Amino acid sequence: MIAARYIARNSAIAARLVGGEMMIMSATDSTFFTLNDVATVIWQAADGRTPLSEIVTAKICQEFDVCPEEAERDAEQFVNELSQHGILRVSELPIGSSSPAPPERP
Amino acid sequence: MTATSQTVQLDPLAIEIGGTPIAIRTESLAFRELLASRYAGFVRACPNPELELAIELFEPVEPAQADEDLQVRLQGEEWCIERGDFRARWNPAAARGRVRQSANPYAIDSVLRIIHTLILARQGGFLIHAASAIRGGRAFLFAGVSGAGKSTISRFAPPDVQLLTDEISYVVRSNDGYKACGTPFAGELARVGENRSAPLSTLFLLEKGPENRIGPVGESEALRSLMRNILFFAEDAGLVSQVFESACKFVNQVPVRKLIFVPDERVWDIIGQQARE
Repeated sequence: MIAARYIARNSAIAARLVGGEMMIMSATDSTFFTLNDVATVIWQAADGRTPLSEIVTAKICQEFDVCPEEAERDAEQFVNELSQHGILRVSELPIGSSSPAPPERP
Repeated sequence: MTATSQTVQLDPLAIEIGGTPIAIRTESLAFRELLASRYAGFVRACPNPELELAIELFEPVEPAQADEDLQVRLQGEEWCIERGDFRARWNPAAARGRVRQSANPYAIDSVLRIIHTLILARQGGFLIHAASAIRGGRAFLFAGVSGAGKSTISRFAPPDVQLLTDEISYVVRSNDGYKACGTPFAGELARVGENRSAPLSTLFLLEKGPENRIGPVGESEALRSLMRNILFFAEDAGLVSQVFESACKFVNQVPVRKLIFVPDERVWDIIGQQARE
């Protein structure tokens, strides 16, 4: 049985939704990311309590025209990359405290 | 015969950039003169400096490596700033620091840039890899990577333009927006900028092309481009977040445009139109 993976936003980041694009800066290594639409949905759903697989099936596959296998593969890749830069925390257990979703610009 | 060393007490040399003077204290008359010459136009009398940097010179056994990785990290109360050719400490609370370096001006140049980025980050400003100039009482920034045209734009500036820098621009928050200030940090032109400032009108993203025209830039592209060009070195989560927030505020307030230009003096015609609008 494959263990569930939980993802949570790290607090050591700065993020803003600008012009419809989610922009994230790692405060630890100053790496700057612009997320695409799918990655933005994953980012916003990364509350530490919802398994990644559930985010993929309940949100990605519902909102985008993509099959579950492909969506899960892309999501894993995205999560791995952001976790390497300390932007997402990943755990096989639910993660207690996640920073709130970044505010949208007025 | 006895070797003696002579300690010389020299007045500090205040180098004022962006309205922030930093007094440089050195016991070497030759190095003081070198700094006075290099930063001419930015040196001013400052009997009671708020910010002070003491320089200790040493003779390197081997040639110093200026291209070694720069490290800027907070240790307790002090910023530790280190590169192959210098070691510096900066205490922001005490507004005092010290630098140990050989007698080359590049090390102190880098230390000054870094200290200014740390000061500016707390105030919502930043240093940016951009040329800047004043025309018609308003300042314009011209940002781009090496080869984008910063020096070209600067070189073709007509006589009524005051060049603030051809390489590193100084942006500070003011009451009703931002202003750009001159810096002594020169690029290809090897010409120190003018020590003056003006309200910031527009940030132009440079792009060489077949014609001169100004084009729109989306908000997200503006922020991406700005972040690519802001100079910031500190490995500190709080300050990095502040710089990001400052960049977001900047693109919200200051028009960001693409400046597509043919590399000759005619580009200043459309910048002149922009200055008059």
